[in-house]
Amino acid sequence: MTPVLFIEQVLNGLQSGVMLFLMAAGLTLVFGVMGLINLAHGSLYMVGAFTAAAVAGATGSFALALMAALAAAAAAGAIVELVVIRRLYDRDHLDQVLATFALILIFSEGTRYIFGSFPLFLDIPDYLSGPVTLPGGIQYPLYRLTIIGIGLTIAAGLFWLISYTRLGIRIRAGEADREMIAALGVDISKLYTIVFALGAALAGLAGALVGAIQSVQVGMGEPVLILAFVVIVIGGIGSIKGALVGAVLVGLTDTLGGLFLPALFALFMDNSAAQTTGSALASMLIYILMAVVLVWRPQGLYGARPA
Amino acid sequence: MRLTSLIAGACMAALGGGALAEEGKVKVGMITTLSGGGAGLGIDVRDGFVLAAKMAGNDDLEIVIEDDQRKPDIAVKLADKMIQSEKVDVLTGIIFSNLAMAVIPAATAQGKFYLSPNAGPSALAGKGCHPNYFNVAWQNDNLHEAAGAYANDAGFANSFILAPNYPAGQDALTGYKRIYEGELAGEMFTQLGQTDYAAEIAQIRASGADSVFFFLPGGMGISFLKQYADSGVNLPVVGPAFSFDQGILQAVGEAAMGVKNTSQWNKDLDNPANKVFVDAFQAEYGRLPSLYASQGYDTANLLLSAMAKADISDAEAFRAALKEADFASTRGDFAFASNNHPIQDIYVREVIKEGDVYTNKIIGVALEDHSDAYVADCKM
Repeated sequence: MTPVLFIEQVLNGLQSGVMLFLMAAGLTLVFGVMGLINLAHGSLYMVGAFTAAAVAGATGSFALALMAALAAAAAAGAIVELVVIRRLYDRDHLDQVLATFALILIFSEGTRYIFGSFPLFLDIPDYLSGPVTLPGGIQYPLYRLTIIGIGLTIAAGLFWLISYTRLGIRIRAGEADREMIAALGVDISKLYTIVFALGAALAGLAGALVGAIQSVQVGMGEPVLILAFVVIVIGGIGSIKGALVGAVLVGLTDTLGGLFLPALFALFMDNSAAQTTGSALASMLIYILMAVVLVWRPQGLYGARPA
Repeated sequence: MRLTSLIAGACMAALGGGALAEEGKVKVGMITTLSGGGAGLGIDVRDGFVLAAKMAGNDDLEIVIEDDQRKPDIAVKLADKMIQSEKVDVLTGIIFSNLAMAVIPAATAQGKFYLSPNAGPSALAGKGCHPNYFNVAWQNDNLHEAAGAYANDAGFANSFILAPNYPAGQDALTGYKRIYEGELAGEMFTQLGQTDYAAEIAQIRASGADSVFFFLPGGMGISFLKQYADSGVNLPVVGPAFSFDQGILQAVGEAAMGVKNTSQWNKDLDNPANKVFVDAFQAEYGRLPSLYASQGYDTANLLLSAMAKADISDAEAFRAALKEADFASTRGDFAFASNNHPIQDIYVREVIKEGDVYTNKIIGVALEDHSDAYVADCKM
């Protein structure tokens, strides 16, 4: 194991963590503020990726595609909130899971209806493609560095929004006591729509950014959604800071586990068996991490203490 | 829609007590993946199969099509329904090996014929072979073995190999290693459905390999190739056709250009049956056929050839007629080995661009008249 490989893997872990954060931030806000479990969050990620692919295909501009993805996912989020989610706030979690699961199916088959069953093409723009050489002779794709930059910028922006703006104050108030802020004259339903659209936009942006290096296909959101749930459970539900720390933890654990565990098993097994066992265990590692965190702090790393 | 009316017709026939097969009629139950990830494969198999049936214009062939959603439990339920209430004679269509393992042994044990247009798990080629099970595509290891043969010809001496951690992925690495003679710089199992390969690519870069072999079907391959092309690791890559199939090449784009891959079929194979197929498929569906479509088409033609020779009510004669494989395959020469799996040539293809469309062209033969490694284990 060379230091170069190690640093490259740390960067990879950071990059996947930052993307997870964009997903988890929306999920944790929606759950924290509205008490809603939204399984269809992954579908908004998919909407972002498909919109970006369609717009990039039509115009050839990646920047335009990203903006379109943001807008389309926010719009889809707002519409879904107004039409479906709004009716679910007073229901129990089982009803919410059922309804938002139905949304996944509707989004998936709707996307297939529009775009067909074959994956779409979305590529990195020329000015971001190829590797750059970092200090120490590390070759790293420029696009992934850009993703890390965008993700951290957005994280900073979200902190500012939550901590220093009127909207942020209302969001925090909504988390603490929903009835009270409604009684104080804040239009709570408008606030809900805004929060939901904001979460959706972040998911859509993540979908578009990741779509350029992965495959844009129906059902791409669900695996990420599961990880995002792990992240918010680790970080503490409702906490943006928790989502960021949890996401980076999950990203690093996943990447470095896949690197170290097979190497560890190779010390006392033959290579093939070590690979199989190591990979199998590495894929469990984030869930083990989640279990450990839950035993230690049941409310998550930054979750509010249970009343 | 024709499909639904077929299914409705079938239901009515079942209700009306039409359970007894009419003389010469053959009812086929197609269980394939038409929704969710992997739907592109099932759709191509279905379209190829239906195209062949339509071109033959044989009224004795009735097709019932259902979607397994890539879920083994649903596939098993559909198979039970087709066997018990639809009274099908022949089953076909399954794409994925785990679903095939759930359905095929039970179906053949009930005396039904199963013609596989795609999945060829090793368990069903060796000890678990069955006289009523015919594979018209390949045994799972075949294309990987061909990739190993190509690696030898190309002089690769230190390959890094990777595949997802599931039975077909393990078959893939086994298949490659069976033929490949060089050293291994690394061997890696990824997660099934994994979308980010940055960690694997970093290890490839650090391993000192001179070549990369990978088996990552569908979306996994798209992700890997795009990220690999962007990583600045410029080692030659070889893989089976599944990641370079017509359906997904457009999504990979420039990153796939020039990559060598192995396949038993390509649209430029020079034989009359293939020319007819490629033209008819494009005319019917307005897109280029994939290898999956060719497999569906060949499966239907195999069935039609057997129907012309024997009546399905005489299972013995029908089985013998299938085994003759007396049909014009889009692959040219085609025969069944003693375990009812194909003996065929496997080619090396290169990804090229024709106008705006990414596609493959054949650049050589990797393995000639190739059977599989499990024939000897099959006692039937």
